[in-house]
Amino acid sequence: MDFISILSIFVLACFVGYYVVWSVTPALHTPLMAVTNAISSVIIVGALIAAAEAGSPTAKYLGLAGVVLASINIFGGFAVTERMLAMYKKKEK
Amino acid sequence: MTFSVLAGAADAAATPAWVPLAYLVSGVFFILALRGLSSPATSRAGNRNGIIGMLIAVATTLVTHDIANIVEIGIAIAIGGLIGFTIARRIAMTAMPELVAGFHSLVGLAAVLVGWAAYLNPGAFGLLVDGAISPVSKVEMGLGIAIGAITFSGSVIAFAKLSGKMSGSPILLPGRHIINLGTLAAIIVLTGLFAAATGPAATLPFIVAVTVLAFAIGSLLIIPIGGADMPVVVSMLNSYSGWAAAAMGFTLGNTAMIITGALVGSSGAILSYIMCRAMNRSFISVIAGGFGADDSGGSGEPREQRPYKQGSAEDAAYMLEQAEKVIIIPGYGMAVAQAQHALREMSDVLEENGTEVKFAIHPVAGRMPGHMNVLLAEASVDYDKVFELEDINSEFAQADVAFIIGANDVVNPAAKTDKSSPIYGMPVFDVDKAKQVFFIKRSMGGVGYAGVDNDVFYMDQTVMLLSDAKKMVEEIVKALD
Repeated sequence: MDFISILSIFVLACFVGYYVVWSVTPALHTPLMAVTNAISSVIIVGALIAAAEAGSPTAKYLGLAGVVLASINIFGGFAVTERMLAMYKKKEK
Repeated sequence: MTFSVLAGAADAAATPAWVPLAYLVSGVFFILALRGLSSPATSRAGNRNGIIGMLIAVATTLVTHDIANIVEIGIAIAIGGLIGFTIARRIAMTAMPELVAGFHSLVGLAAVLVGWAAYLNPGAFGLLVDGAISPVSKVEMGLGIAIGAITFSGSVIAFAKLSGKMSGSPILLPGRHIINLGTLAAIIVLTGLFAAATGPAATLPFIVAVTVLAFAIGSLLIIPIGGADMPVVVSMLNSYSGWAAAAMGFTLGNTAMIITGALVGSSGAILSYIMCRAMNRSFISVIAGGFGADDSGGSGEPREQRPYKQGSAEDAAYMLEQAEKVIIIPGYGMAVAQAQHALREMSDVLEENGTEVKFAIHPVAGRMPGHMNVLLAEASVDYDKVFELEDINSEFAQADVAFIIGANDVVNPAAKTDKSSPIYGMPVFDVDKAKQVFFIKRSMGGVGYAGVDNDVFYMDQTVMLLSDAKKMVEEIVKALD
């Protein structure tokens, strides 16, 4: 993809992020941080590419280390968010 | 043309057309994940969407690359997953701020590793143009590594401060602003030189220097920031971790990473803004650090001891029994004392007695945005009884009792009246309008993180309950029975 297409997606996504995040209820700001933490670990994509491809053994091991770190975050982040969200209850009326 | 999508799938080497689409879909699921958090009712579905988005991104990457190392990759995911799950299940809700800071550091470090891997093996990432990495890619790479490294070391310091492994009070180095600005400028210049240079021998020293300086500046930036400003710091690092992912997305031309990075980056930035607004402080002044440091607070004159009323749990129980409307204001002290469960018991007893009980939460209560809400949810307080500052502040005039537990600066009227006060202009709860105020505090010694005295202590209608928050509430519950 050329730079301008990527930049367009980035700028539009910033605006989407702006409006979506303002609509998040303040009561859920801690789960918001936990889940943004989990999704920002989509960086695992880069780590997987490095770990999968041949060419540089150093890059492969850096990639594998990146996969471990990002996995901690992905599993930990989604699990802890789920745990928190399960606690938000309203009495049955 | 119609069949090119399918034809492409068979030939994984030349990025088939469905691949960018799959990453785009993954990005859309991440948007839906955040959208779900607009209400607790839809939030869990939102979290599931996040998981689906992640599965799509990971699966797409694995099927489109040479997966000769699939066993090692599987082991790496299993190790990380196991560690992550264990931490997520065991962590106490009161420790959520340091957990989030710790997780931010991992995103940052992962970004550094990916950046370095891309530098060492550009061919794998499709970054080679005529046998070399293009200058634009190198700028993106350099920035990604720098932001990742700053996120990592900054989050490590934040983690150390939040978990008490390092003093929460600001540590001020002489000339720190000059050192910090100089280092940041050096990182930008070195990234430019890195982009301009060609060949491994010429580029290596620059990228090493960028990485080292970025690790250093990350910790230098957070060290001078005090405990009370941690909600801003945690939000800011959240934002940085997003920008690091976005920068890597630019390098790899990956839509899922760019969308996610932009979402997380904006999210953290908005939360930082909300936190700053709730303290009436500018972002710059928070980043500059030193708030609540000894050298700014102590004016030298000894504080005069003003008269205050002290009460017992029985006094409080007696008054609470008579009350028709009680507003509870929890703060960081409640989290430290783990008093949320006892507090919920107290509110249950009062409600059985026919009293209306509401919880009032200040945006900066605790050590991260929404910290108090999570703790009350943990103690099974209904979320429709928990209110934000602007929604409940007008109700104090009708309240019989304002019950302050572990909060201080957020109820200080000096923020409204005293222009010389360091917290002047911060929106605060109008507890002085309530008929009766109970103020649970460990002792009369400590005066909040801003280091300012609080007139609420000395009001006619205030009764100080000097004790550990959890013990005091448990005694009140006993006395109510």
